[in-house]
Amino acid sequence: MTKPLISVENLTLSFKTDEGLVTAVNNVSFEIAPGEVLGLVGESGSGKSVTAKALMMLNAENSVYSDTSKITLNVDDRDHDVLSLRHPAEQKIVRGGAISMIFQEPMASFAPAITIGEQMVEQLMIHSEMTRTEARDVSVEMLTRVGIPEPAQRFGQYAFEFSGGMRQRAMIAMALSTRPRLLIADEPTTALDVTIQAQVLDLMKDLVEEFHMSILFITHDLGVIAQTADRVAVMYLGNLVETGTVRQVINSPAHPYTRGLLNSLPKLDDLEAPLTPVPGDIPSPLDRPSGCVFHTRCVESGDIAERCRTEIPITTIGADNHRVDCHLASKGKPA
Amino acid sequence: MSDILIRANNLSVHFPLRGLGFGERPVVRAVEGINIEIEKGSFFGLVGESGSGKTTLGRAMLKAAPITHGEVIYSDGEVQYSLADLQKDELKDYRTRAQLIFQDPYAALSPRMTVRDIIAEPLEVMKLTSSREETDARVREIAALCRLNLEHLRRFPHAFSGGQRQRISIARALVSGPRFIVADESVAALDVSIQADVLNLLNKIQRDSGITFLFISHDLSVIAHTCDFVAVMYLGQIVESAPTRKLFAETSHPYTKALLSAIPSLDPDVRGNAQKLEGEIPSPINPPPGCRFNTRCPHAQERCRSEIPEWRELSAGHHVACHFAEELS
Repeated sequence: MTKPLISVENLTLSFKTDEGLVTAVNNVSFEIAPGEVLGLVGESGSGKSVTAKALMMLNAENSVYSDTSKITLNVDDRDHDVLSLRHPAEQKIVRGGAISMIFQEPMASFAPAITIGEQMVEQLMIHSEMTRTEARDVSVEMLTRVGIPEPAQRFGQYAFEFSGGMRQRAMIAMALSTRPRLLIADEPTTALDVTIQAQVLDLMKDLVEEFHMSILFITHDLGVIAQTADRVAVMYLGNLVETGTVRQVINSPAHPYTRGLLNSLPKLDDLEAPLTPVPGDIPSPLDRPSGCVFHTRCVESGDIAERCRTEIPITTIGADNHRVDCHLASKGKPA
Repeated sequence: MSDILIRANNLSVHFPLRGLGFGERPVVRAVEGINIEIEKGSFFGLVGESGSGKTTLGRAMLKAAPITHGEVIYSDGEVQYSLADLQKDELKDYRTRAQLIFQDPYAALSPRMTVRDIIAEPLEVMKLTSSREETDARVREIAALCRLNLEHLRRFPHAFSGGQRQRISIARALVSGPRFIVADESVAALDVSIQADVLNLLNKIQRDSGITFLFISHDLSVIAHTCDFVAVMYLGQIVESAPTRKLFAETSHPYTKALLSAIPSLDPDVRGNAQKLEGEIPSPINPPPGCRFNTRCPHAQERCRSEIPEWRELSAGHHVACHFAEELS
């Protein structure tokens, strides 16, 4: 087995706030292999973005990593301990060097008063030895590659002159121009219309193959995950509750929360199926439930409810590294 | 025909832009020549991409957007109004009969008012109740319907989650006893597990009280699950409309087909067979001649670029605006 490109072990991350220490990510472990697309699914407030930002050390000043947290990036057979990178010069490798990120709202991610081209050239010159002219050529070539018409002219334009879909393409071009090994895509298609989303997803799939990079794909949309990911990790209230291959998680979900998410989704091939919401609301991270974090909304605990309320479930590992944190699974009950 | 609650005849909504000082002032043709009929007690879905004019159409039906041409007739059995020329007191009365639920439950509720005051405000503004006791009774009744308890009524909106806030917005829309509600992207900002809950609540209200809904959404799968009737909008025009089941079984317009196939399938084994649409939605200031979809349509021919397709009935209740609908369906 090849070494994972990035491995996250026991990541626990809290924020210092006026109301006290808020745990946003709790004991999360996962790996991404070279060329693999890992989908990270969860509702708002589940800690998906905070987890992703931890990989690039982008979380705010008031974040506190636990001593057990470890993130290892393996590039060119060299291990980098991400959380120990303190100096900005060292951090370059995770900030645009080997890891790039694209965001949900491209309008907010580009500087409004600098041309798209200038922003692309700037980051290329930081991360490589290129001259300005070379950087410009590479940038125009990348704009062409992501399907932006008249790239040489677009290079000199500002973000507001691009439509939503074009801005997201430009963002992808910029993120990929430094040839990162890992692309973090945080809800990259959520703000786009479905027909444009289909175009952007297609483009991303092509680029993964062409550049042989890995993607951490963050979304709340299970349909998008089913179409893009190799493996899926499901997050709830800062905890990873289930990880597995896309077929395992979508076709035979092992955690009651994953099942709940799938049951609440409107499906086009079965219009008669009732929509079953997950009861209640996601609890506040200030008031994390004891035992299993999902027990306040779980409809399946039944006669072991007391155990779910008090005891933290351990991870059960099934075929193909299908991991689930649930007492029902550890009891050996079929999913 | 008496069972139609609200109908638009050849409705257009245009917004003039500031000109350059010479020549003709440019006009945004947000809604252009739309004909729809919404049956009393139905859950009518309106779907389209951003910029298709669905919100403008919804607002025109509430007399919240200017009606440039055509007319909107509202008739609930008690009153009949033509929205283009409502008198002042008629408009006041229409406001009690037609209500709006917004998209973003975080922006739609005043942070300085308690939930009780938010829900009571329409009653007080419209002078629908005569005493504080009556107002309170009505607020409690509606709150219970939307699963808000007495404890909730004393709090401020910041204490609530997105789903709860959306239930407060729904309660506020219901409190004046409307016959017609426009729900504009009312679940778009919610998580899926909460979205299902709000959709079920809206469906229950429609079944129990017979309120007619115009449900606006960009999400065809949400529309498919909640609505009886669907109209698909593109660049200010309706391109296809039919009862939900029929629309999905006998999809005729190439745009509807493209929208359907662009929805990512939940089946990981069905990948990449979507029928991809090229390009983006053109500007409504300068829409393409002929069929407005011709710039992106994979089947477009010479005729589509010059001749505007007629809005015609393919089969009972199934309308489409496409020259080649028969060949393509």
